Amino acid sequence: MSGLPVTSDPASKSPAPANENQPPSAVRSFLLSRGNSAWSDRAFKWLMFICALSVFFIVALIAWQLILRSQLTISKFGLSFFFKSAWDPVSGDFGALPFIYGTLVSSLVALVIAVPLAVGVAVFLTEMCPKFLRGPLSFLTELLAAIPSVVYGLWAVFVLVPILREHVNPFLMKALGWTGLFAGPNFGIGILAAGVILAIMILPIISSLTREVMTAVPHSQREAVLALGATRWEMIRMGVLRNARIGIVGAIILGLGRALGETMAVTMVIGNRPEIVKSLLSLGYSMSSVIANEFSEASDDLYLSALIEIGLALFVVTIIVNALARVLVWAVTRGAPARVV
Amino acid sequence: MMANTQYKAGKANHWRRFLANHLASGLAVASTIIVVAPLVAILLYLIYKGASSLNLNFFTQIPRPVGESGGGMANAIVGSAVLLGLGSLLGVPLGIAAGIYLAEFGRGGRLANFVRFTADVLNGVPSIVMGISVYALIVLPQKHFSALSGGVALGIMMIPTITRTTEEMLLMVPNSIREAALGLGVPNWRSVLSITLKTASPGVITGCMLAFARVAGETAPLLFTAFGNNFWSTSVNEPIAALPLQIYVYAISPYDEWHRLAWAGALVLIVLIVVSVALVRYVTTRGVLKGAS
Repeated sequence: MSGLPVTSDPASKSPAPANENQPPSAVRSFLLSRGNSAWSDRAFKWLMFICALSVFFIVALIAWQLILRSQLTISKFGLSFFFKSAWDPVSGDFGALPFIYGTLVSSLVALVIAVPLAVGVAVFLTEMCPKFLRGPLSFLTELLAAIPSVVYGLWAVFVLVPILREHVNPFLMKALGWTGLFAGPNFGIGILAAGVILAIMILPIISSLTREVMTAVPHSQREAVLALGATRWEMIRMGVLRNARIGIVGAIILGLGRALGETMAVTMVIGNRPEIVKSLLSLGYSMSSVIANEFSEASDDLYLSALIEIGLALFVVTIIVNALARVLVWAVTRGAPARVV
Repeated sequence: MMANTQYKAGKANHWRRFLANHLASGLAVASTIIVVAPLVAILLYLIYKGASSLNLNFFTQIPRPVGESGGGMANAIVGSAVLLGLGSLLGVPLGIAAGIYLAEFGRGGRLANFVRFTADVLNGVPSIVMGISVYALIVLPQKHFSALSGGVALGIMMIPTITRTTEEMLLMVPNSIREAALGLGVPNWRSVLSITLKTASPGVITGCMLAFARVAGETAPLLFTAFGNNFWSTSVNEPIAALPLQIYVYAISPYDEWHRLAWAGALVLIVLIVVSVALVRYVTTRGVLKGAS
């Protein structure tokens, strides 16, 4: 960093620091404070500032609209809206419990399936994969994230559901029917089908974030455990997974956030019947799919407002879940900006 | 005697550890295979089903009524292009400008952290919620569905991805380049736009294409905004057809002919998205970007 015109300013004590972690340039801030272009520079800065703030305004506008348009049901039903299972547009009685149940259960099924697989993939890709396989495999899992929801739904309707109906569900009913979780008529579609397709959809998010967190674990940890005579699995368990566990939990929560809000694929396979039944094979309904299905039919204001309140609940829950997950992932990767998945 | 039992215990322990090690490795390999299998299955089945029902009519004709065979999704392809164009008009400038603010002006400040957080929140908003918010914002006051509202919904969804990648890419540009520009007497706004942003442009373009690929397949935000249309329309003030929307409508219909068209549409959509993602990956791993950063 030689030849900088920094010496012209007696106030600046030292030249700009070396270009390591890129602190704001001292030279630059000095030059910005004077000269013919100060006015246009300030205008430019304000323009960029307004654009950055508009991101916040958009979020605020969404929240405001959702609250405003759901005022009717909020004032009529209050909190009991979320604990009632009535859904009767004709007599104007609305409760969101069946949808909340469907959303939660299908997301939980998705997590149960996806989490072990995702962690397994991350372990394989970061710790034991031969170099020539790593690139193509991580590309494939990224591709899984790029397939649109509606295409997953299409595949689920015509391929996954028949497979579940013919092969998987009869087996589950026979082997685990006594639990009560796999009872009842076998439609193929239903909460289990929604859970499976959600699992496939959130896998890439969880595994790529888990990989990121695992690579952030310093190599010295691995070496220390190996030096004590540990096998590779013991090294992964003690040296890597234990150090990365907070970040992995964050990744799982982020996956949960995605699963809660997922719409199209779930709508196509969950069965769309607002009931609360213990069996995973039965038909259900989720918060996002009731909006997708009934929003355009909502004839009166109360019906519309009930649907928008479900949207508001979804919005609030995903904000909380996302914030929690970001905090956890940040805690491990130490403020390095999380990759946009 | 004592030494012997200890030796035996050690031996057993050794076997247990040996087994655990190989079991865990086997499980990791197995889970990778289980994850890759559905992807390969989906892609192969899609190509098999889609390619057999894809023909020239698909790209040149509009949907036929039920019962008539043939027809295509030409209007949906054009509609998707219009919607994505409108979305990019809103999302790309706003997203890049917000990224410039985060990287060039608000570095490390509290306000920048706040904006970064809201961008993450926006990224996490479920697409169906985006749909009903834009419905409440634009469709309800206007009293009709329109391509404009669909474009706005897609544009808003593009912003967070573009903002975060722009910020990351701008932060990789060395300070010496900025200082060199300023030292020559270039005004700051000019230096940001034609020196810093230009240096980082491959990365910024990558971000825009990622956002583009992400919203290209979105259906939920279009359900109550663009709404879909069975006829030709390119007007921003009228309901417009979109490829993902058309796939959805055809997939849940009971007609085999429509299912065939849905598969063809899905194949076209996937090819569009995969090509752009692969291009992005090529550019980021071995292309121009390395030189820039």
